[in-house]
Amino acid sequence: MVHWTDKERSTVRAVWEKLDIDQIGPEALARVLIVYPWTERYFGGFGDMFTATAVLNNSKVAAQGKVVLKALDRAVKNMDNIKGTYAALSRMHYEKLNVDPDNFRLLADCITITVACKLKGDLSPQTQATWQKFLSVVVEAMGSQYS
Amino acid sequence: MLSKREKDLIAEVWTKLIPVAEDIGSDALTRMFATFPGTKTYFSHLDISPRSAHLLSHGEKIVLAIAEGAQDIDQLAVSLAPLQTLHAYQLRIDPTNFKLFSHCMLVALAAHMGDDFTPVVHAAIDKYLSAFAAVLAEKYR
Repeated sequence: MVHWTDKERSTVRAVWEKLDIDQIGPEALARVLIVYPWTERYFGGFGDMFTATAVLNNSKVAAQGKVVLKALDRAVKNMDNIKGTYAALSRMHYEKLNVDPDNFRLLADCITITVACKLKGDLSPQTQATWQKFLSVVVEAMGSQYS
Repeated sequence: MLSKREKDLIAEVWTKLIPVAEDIGSDALTRMFATFPGTKTYFSHLDISPRSAHLLSHGEKIVLAIAEGAQDIDQLAVSLAPLQTLHAYQLRIDPTNFKLFSHCMLVALAAHMGDDFTPVVHAAIDKYLSAFAAVLAEKYR
């Protein structure tokens, strides 16, 4: 179990409240696909992803990005039981989707960078540290059912 | 592999950062120390509090080296030779830390450039920083 201080809880909540899920989700997922193109292997049914422009304009990427950030909302709301919150999702990624869990870390890094583009100086070094601590717990939870 | 277009883009971005080298470099370092506290162990001889003189000058050095390398990426192994020796034989920084620093540099650039740090720029800079780190780590063993 991860221990969160009051300051960390309020920092994560404050970052989250400043974000527009419908904007951050599609952009973060697009960044993973553009910066680490081998991640496309998990999205074979998504159609044209041959260029950065195609990825950015791909409606399926955008829709999936929103799904991902809605799932992240559950972690923000259940900070004391992130592992339990993601148990079923972790199992699905392991058993059904066969996703290499290192990809969760790549996505988390792209989410942080997307957030930095939007919040700019408001994502101070200290805020970034807390935010990434939160995301690393999420990444760990997403890998928890791989056994 | 960087395309010609990516190389031009990388050189353009880093040239623009030269005037703010101190700010960007020290911001990236401060982010790294906050997010990955283990990285502070390599700087025990310096004052690394935010905006300290040491931090600003070290941050500036790093950004200027990255910007200079960006001018001719094909020659990185040549232009970075002195830094290769320094990191491998004197500083002996575990090369895993280059990845942590690269990530924090990307976040610093994103916070500085905002929406101008597009996914295409992001991808090009990420590739360049990992190439830069690979060259720095080449002489280790």
